[in-house]
Order: sequence, then C-alpha cells, then structure tokens
Amino acid sequence: MIEPVRRPSTPARLSSSSDRTFEWVILLLAAVIVLVFVLSIYQLGRESWPALSRIGVEFFTQRTWNPVSGQYGAAAMIAGTLITSLVALVISVPLAIASALFVSEYAPKWLADPVGYLIELLAAVPSVVYGLWALFVIAPVLARWQTTFFSPEYPERLALYTKCAALWADNHTTLQCFFVPNSGAGRGLALAVIILTVMILPYTASVARDVIRLVPAEQREAMYALGATKWEVISRAILPYARAGIMGGVILALGRALGETLAVAMVIGDSQDVIRSIWGNASTMASVIANQFGDAQELLHRSSVVTLGLTLFFLSVVVNYVARLIIARLTPKGIQ
Amino acid sequence: MGVSTLTASRRVGLSPARRARNMFMGGLILLATLIVVAPLILIFAYLLREGLGAMNLDFFTKVPAPEGETGGGLLNAILGSLEMLAMASVIGVGVGVAGGIFLAEYPRHPLMPSIRMISDVLAGIPAIVMGLVAYGLIVLRFGFSGLAGALALGFLMIPIVVRTSEEVLKLVPQTVREAGLALGLPKWLVTLKIVLPAAAGGIITGVMLALARVAGEAAPLLFTAFGNNLVNADPTKPMSALPLEIYRGATSAYDENQRMAKAGALLLILLIFATSLLARRFGRRK
Repeated sequence: MIEPVRRPSTPARLSSSSDRTFEWVILLLAAVIVLVFVLSIYQLGRESWPALSRIGVEFFTQRTWNPVSGQYGAAAMIAGTLITSLVALVISVPLAIASALFVSEYAPKWLADPVGYLIELLAAVPSVVYGLWALFVIAPVLARWQTTFFSPEYPERLALYTKCAALWADNHTTLQCFFVPNSGAGRGLALAVIILTVMILPYTASVARDVIRLVPAEQREAMYALGATKWEVISRAILPYARAGIMGGVILALGRALGETLAVAMVIGDSQDVIRSIWGNASTMASVIANQFGDAQELLHRSSVVTLGLTLFFLSVVVNYVARLIIARLTPKGIQ
Repeated sequence: MGVSTLTASRRVGLSPARRARNMFMGGLILLATLIVVAPLILIFAYLLREGLGAMNLDFFTKVPAPEGETGGGLLNAILGSLEMLAMASVIGVGVGVAGGIFLAEYPRHPLMPSIRMISDVLAGIPAIVMGLVAYGLIVLRFGFSGLAGALALGFLMIPIVVRTSEEVLKLVPQTVREAGLALGLPKWLVTLKIVLPAAAGGIITGVMLALARVAGEAAPLLFTAFGNNLVNADPTKPMSALPLEIYRGATSAYDENQRMAKAGALLLILLIFATSLLARRFGRRK
C-alpha cells in the first residue's frame, strides 16, 4: 500500500495565520479612510445642528445674511457659488478641450510634452497665489477699465449709472444694469469668474486629453482614408467618441470650482447682498466660510457658517460621485 | 503633366471652403492653447519680477517685522510649513499607502468597492471643509495648533496617495506575486518584501505629488494652525505656514507685507514646481 504523500502543513498554517493578521492591519488602516468621511459628516452635522434646527429650510431660501440682526439666509451666497462656478465652467470648457486637442492631435511630440506639462503645472499653482496675482495684476486693469467707463467724456453712461444706482437702492435690477460697472477696486463677481476659469482649466484639459488618447487610432485612420481634413476627423471621429469622458472631466472641474476658496475669497469683494451687477461685490459659500468663521463669536453665526460647509460637503460629494460614475463607465473594460 | 493631374485631383478632393475651415479651426485651437498657458507664464514672470528682490538672507533667517515696519523674513512660515507637512505625511502616507495596498491586493474583499468609492469622494471635498472638520475635532478641545493644521492637511493627502499607490501596485505584474508565493512565502511577505519595493518609485511619486498639492493650501489652516509671528517648534501651539503668510500679506494694506507675500509666493511656487518636476522624473524612470 502506498503511503499518502505528507504535505508540510505547519508552514502553511503559519503563513495563513500571519496573512490574516496582515490583512486585518491593512483593513484597519484602510478603514481610517471611511472614518475620516464619517467623522467629517458627524462633525459638520453636529456643529450645524443649532442653525439648521433654528432656521430650517429658510436657511437656503432666505437671502438676508446679517450677523448683527441675527438673520442667516444663505440664498445669495448659494447663488454666488453656482453663478461663479457655472460661468467659469462655460468659459473654460472650450478652451480646455481645444488645448487637449492641441496636445494630442496637433503638436509634434517635442512641443506636446512641454505644453502638456505646463497645463499640469497650472493645476499645481496654489489658490492663494492665484488670488495674489488676481488682486495685484488683474484687479487694477479691471478698475482702470471701469473708471474709463465713468469718464466725463461719456455723460450718457454716467446717467445710466445714476439711474441704475437708484434702481439698486430701491432693490430693483434690470438686465441692462447687470452690466454697468459699479466698483472702483476691480474686485467682484467678474474677477472671481476670471480667476476660477483659469483655475479649473487644467482639470478638464487633463481628463479631455486622456480620453482623446483613448480614441482608437483606426477610427482616425478611417476618417483620414475617406479624405477628411484634420478638423473633420476631430469633429466627427474624435469628439463624439470622447464626449462622455470629457463630460466627466467637466463635472470634476465643476466640483473644484464649487469648493475653491481663497482665490475667490480674496477677489470677490465679500458682500452678502443680492448680486446686482457682474462687476459688483458678491460672495460664495466657501468665501464666506473663509472670511467669517474666524470672527464668528455667536453660536448661531458659527453654526450657520458650518452649515454652509455641510452644504458644500454634500454638493461636492454628489458632483464628484457623478463625475466618477461617468468616467468609470467610459473606461474600457479591463483597463480600470 | 503628372504633377498637374495630382494638384487637380487634390483640388477636387478638398474644396477651398473645407480647407479654410480646417485652417480656421486649427488656428482657433492654437489660440486657445496659448490662452490656457498664458496665465502660468504671466504669474511666474510677475512673481520673479516682484518677489526676487525680497528674497535675501533676511527672508530666510528672520521672522516678520512688526506691522508697518520694514525688514524681516518668513522663517516662521518656512519652518512651520515643513513641520506641518512632515506631520501630515505620517497620516497621509500611513493611511494612504495602506489604502492603496488594500485596494490593489485585496480586490475581492467585500469592503473594497465602498472604500474605493469613499476615497474617490474624499478627493473632491473642498479643503476649507476639511479645515472646519479639523477645527471641530481638535481646535474646539485644545485650541489652535500646528497639529490641527497637520491633521487637516493629512486628511487631504490620503485620497491622493491612495489613488496613486493603488495604480502603481496594480502595475506590478501578477507573475511577480506568483513567483513569490511559489517560493513558499506567505502573502504578507510577498506584499511587503516584493510587491511594495517594486512599486516604491511610483508610490514616492504619488506622495510627492500629494505633498506638492497640500503644501499650497491655506484655507484649511486659517482656523486650525492659525498662524504665528514667531518661530514655533511646539506642535500644540499656533503655527505659521507659507500659504498663510501669503494670504495675510496679499490682503494686507502694508507694502512691506505685500512684498513678503510676493516673495513667499515665489518661494512656494518654486518649491511646488521643483517637487512635481522631481516626482515626474522619478515616476518616468520606472
């Protein structure tokens, strides 16, 4: 009778128990990620509870934010956040896609790499540095432009401004007044939009570039073989194919824009009034947190500011989740 | 004769309208790319012109002069930034690399999809919100401190490190793991002694990119580290950082503070560019 082969069982058992320990250690450390997420919700939720319970839904619909009288309605800054982000998005998306096309389709390799790298560096510039540059360089230009607008050579413009100022004082706005300059310092909604546009450009651009590279070469070659020009190849074979992925990058950039803080806080002028003119002062949720949280002494004020943080938190969770979903769906199976 | 038929046929294939449209769109794309790259060059040139003059020995060896006086430097901010980044790395690298190992080496674990999703979502949370969280966790109990700032920065580092280390670990060929297992090594030894060293270059790249990213954050430090005009090595006391001094200086009315802010911005941007350049070099060699 043949003896059954005896496998060395001790090392195997030893390794399996040590493997289990290792797995637990790694799992525990990875669970810290979940912990950070849960702690964030708990912390923000607990601190915003006084405001949420006292003010309720009106926190989001009322537009008077006045710490002196104890009124906290965030509608104006929610609008400020959405307006600055969406307008910046609309301006930056075509520019970003064009630069991605340049890097992937037009430029020779010796030029494509440095340009692609410069665009990446654009994302590495800190928010405060953008803010500093906007404050010292662009704001004076905008201010000069606005003073020119009011120069005595154009009395009819001054008349228009006076009319609009009366309307504003009366809490009315008209579309015509929306474009009338009204700030001497150059700070305000327009500058915030300009700087946000620059800041979110690289996010859309890098996602767009990656997606455009995923377009199969055969697709391009087939179009070229039919005699298409470069632009026809781009507009009919590349962009439609890359559409969904670019959309993911756009939404990712939107998430960035919503939460962008200091550059905007430095240049937007910090006014919690209703937005009356694109040149006027405004505020975003993030800029109000940056400007007011440090000084907020009263419980309700402090809690209201944290509620803005909580709102921003959920907004960015949703936006990022949607972006990842779109990008993940687009990634071909097997690449992950 | 042959040449003329060739040009004739090309003229048939590509009408002037299509040719013009092609040229026009190409021009627009070039123009847009110039517009995209211009701010970077303008910012860099501006900071070089304005900040270089203020970057003398004092800048690196002295603390800010009292409000309204000239002279002084940003030693407090430079040391504070380094100290907080070092502390943040402990959290960011420890949890981040472990998270990357978990996602890459245990892809069939039931918790894997949710941890990956939460890590992705965490990457998009605004830095200032993380500042509010760190404020509630630490500052409310123990007061403003470098530690609270480092915690916020560490939280911000985690998702970046997770993502890059997961990607690099997945690039290590499966056969390498199998070879290790075939030698009778337990899985944890294979992971620690074979897979991790093989991916080390990429992981270091990811950590450097994460550091470059959070080194420029001022928003979460506004009400955690708070800032300090003196050199401070005690992590339980308020601490300054380069981005904080840039923010204060840029919004200050004093010329001297603005000058310091511009020099600080130049230093910060140079450090960040150098780090990401190095990271890229390092990453590409692999």
